[in-house]
Amino acid sequence: MREFLTVTGQTDYPPGFTNELICSQFMEATGAEIVVRCLAEEGVEFVFGYPGGAVLNIYDEIFKQNKFKHVLVRHEQAAVHAADAYARATGRVGVALVTSGPGATNAVTGIATAYMDSVPIVVVTGQVPTPAIGMDAFQEVDTVGITRPCVKHNFLVKDVKDLAETMKKAFIIAATGRPGPVVVDVPKDITYHKTEFEYPASIEMRSYNPVVKGHSGQMKRAVQMLLEAQRPMIYIGGGVVLGDAAAQLTELATLLGFPVTNTLMGLGGHPATDRQNLGMLGMHGTYEANMAMQHCDVLLAVGARFDDRVIGNPAHFAREQRRIIHVDIDPSSISKRVKVDVPIVGDVKSVLTDMLALLRQAKEKPDAAALNAWWTQIELWRAKNCLKYNRQSPIIKPQYVVEKLWDVTKGDAFVTSDVGQHQMWAAQYYKFDKPRRWINSGGLGTMGVGLPYAMGVQLAHPEAQVACITGESSIQMCIQELSTCKQYRIPVKVLTLNNRYMGMVRQWQEFFYGSRYAESYMESLPDFVKLAEAYGHVGMRIDKPEDVEAAIREAFSPALKERMVFMDFQTDQTENVFPMVEGGKGLSEMILAEEL
Amino acid sequence: MSSRHIISLLMENEAGALSRVAGLFSARAYNIESLSVAPTEDATLSRMTIVTVGSEDIIEQITKQLNKLIDVIKVMDLTEGQHIERELMLIKVKAVGAGREEMKRTADIFRGRIIDVTETTYTIELTGTGSKLDAFLEAIDSGLIIETVRTGASGIGRGERSLKA
Repeated sequence: MREFLTVTGQTDYPPGFTNELICSQFMEATGAEIVVRCLAEEGVEFVFGYPGGAVLNIYDEIFKQNKFKHVLVRHEQAAVHAADAYARATGRVGVALVTSGPGATNAVTGIATAYMDSVPIVVVTGQVPTPAIGMDAFQEVDTVGITRPCVKHNFLVKDVKDLAETMKKAFIIAATGRPGPVVVDVPKDITYHKTEFEYPASIEMRSYNPVVKGHSGQMKRAVQMLLEAQRPMIYIGGGVVLGDAAAQLTELATLLGFPVTNTLMGLGGHPATDRQNLGMLGMHGTYEANMAMQHCDVLLAVGARFDDRVIGNPAHFAREQRRIIHVDIDPSSISKRVKVDVPIVGDVKSVLTDMLALLRQAKEKPDAAALNAWWTQIELWRAKNCLKYNRQSPIIKPQYVVEKLWDVTKGDAFVTSDVGQHQMWAAQYYKFDKPRRWINSGGLGTMGVGLPYAMGVQLAHPEAQVACITGESSIQMCIQELSTCKQYRIPVKVLTLNNRYMGMVRQWQEFFYGSRYAESYMESLPDFVKLAEAYGHVGMRIDKPEDVEAAIREAFSPALKERMVFMDFQTDQTENVFPMVEGGKGLSEMILAEEL
Repeated sequence: MSSRHIISLLMENEAGALSRVAGLFSARAYNIESLSVAPTEDATLSRMTIVTVGSEDIIEQITKQLNKLIDVIKVMDLTEGQHIERELMLIKVKAVGAGREEMKRTADIFRGRIIDVTETTYTIELTGTGSKLDAFLEAIDSGLIIETVRTGASGIGRGERSLKA
């Protein structure tokens, strides 16, 4: 390990000094060294990446340091997903490093995934040398142009003197305000150009000042409105998790005694096993959550954005009169799809803390009689038991696998998922009591995230139980990462709910396309047990419901603690996700499972 | 109810800043009628004037989304208050025979200036609101127009109203 020296303020060199001399004398740093030293200064633990021509100088510097660990993935998409999951699970900025051209384009899906879910990551991309930019050089793409619509911000570094400051800005922008991905595109010549290195402690940006504190007048109005409510509802999204405000939110809900529903991204923001929690709302939300959302008279929305999968048809949603308070850090999320009465722009944690203080000072209390009547109504909705399924089935029901996972892990695992039916079952049946435990692609809906997500989470929390609930279609989109799991001995547990169909596609085809199952059947599936074994992992195939729990127990047993385990559950091909709100329909127009 | 809005913004004068704004409009399917941009007296700043059409909700989203761009420093909807709007048009027309004098007279009426002359053509410079420029185009024989070029609107608030970094 070489010691880094920081020499600053040295600008005038004696005549006759060559660049190399100056370098040895004054410890100038190359661009590649600067990138690596900036990452070290930021306290980065892991860089997920894949080398290539344009980033070879950076990799050479990585070789020489031991401040952070580089994790070599098998495809750049997975590097970004793993960095994204690391960020989701820890709240710190995730970092990925890829080369120019195809390295950058492969990273785009990962970047867009992080963007849609507001996850703070910094992606360093190599670029062809500055004189070659625009010359259609080998492995050249306009990375800044391609990523512009799916980043919070991006930079092309054109002068090595700007590099350290740009890296600092990237980390600040990624982590503050509404978080998001930032791309720093570094041409190869910049990585060998030299300059003095000083990492700025902080940087002022005149064009970037995210709001933190909520408007006090608006918060007072909001508290008054909450206290006047007859049929209140608290609706929380990913902002509560990202903003580390689960404790404040739960305190507020307890103090008021109001029902709470979480979006897919908000799971864990309020404990699922709490009586006041009505479960997830939306397209596959619970009956009680959707009915309460539709029929409430005062709605407190926190860190959520009323998106199409959550409230269905906005016109139908607007049929019922309700007053809405909306707390969000991003002004553009407010009144985008649904008009609100009391907008509060600010950091969710700060706003909730202030609102809690106001509530405690208030002389009024919530209307107990009205609240009782409202809860009576909600309990009637809850009594529908909308998540029931056939527990007598001789074929493995996917819901049962998720329930057993919850039992075995005592509800305390980190759970990643891919996208489709299994994702919805994971969200519905694994009761998340803590934030940052549920890691999935909610906004972009990216199949293939599950395994790299699990890797990122497991590396962040080496002692934690990490499960990836996936399907046989999704898992194949990033299956190459089994190799990364082998290299770094990442002992994640994969639970594949294998129904030999792209289940959610099949479900829609059954409901809306006359059961014409166009290209949604998975033929020629690999033998997942042998595949896992080929990568040096443990493979299990589970065919019968009575074997489900034992398999999961074995996978999470101390004997296999250090091993990656791939469980292939042969599940019911015909099972569908219920309740379901069809696209374009209203929240209260749910299709429920047939009476069983 | 859609209406026309003139949005002024100040942004960092950096490569790619313009494409962030243009990209935002296309990505979110907002209208752009015109867009003009140039550095200000402070060379680190660019000032942009965007003319767009949309409902109040859309315009609110446009200003919020523009504010969200990291390079954008200030955004103002000029049409929310008293403002002045100007556009520059250069128009090259055929000017021969009796029509030559007629063309000059029309240009004078519109306070246009002839800035280039050949035996057969005039090039006229005309400044005003977009509708004034449209009116000039309607006032002359369209068959005489060789080419036109317009800058798109620039706008500024009246009186004390100003956009400062």
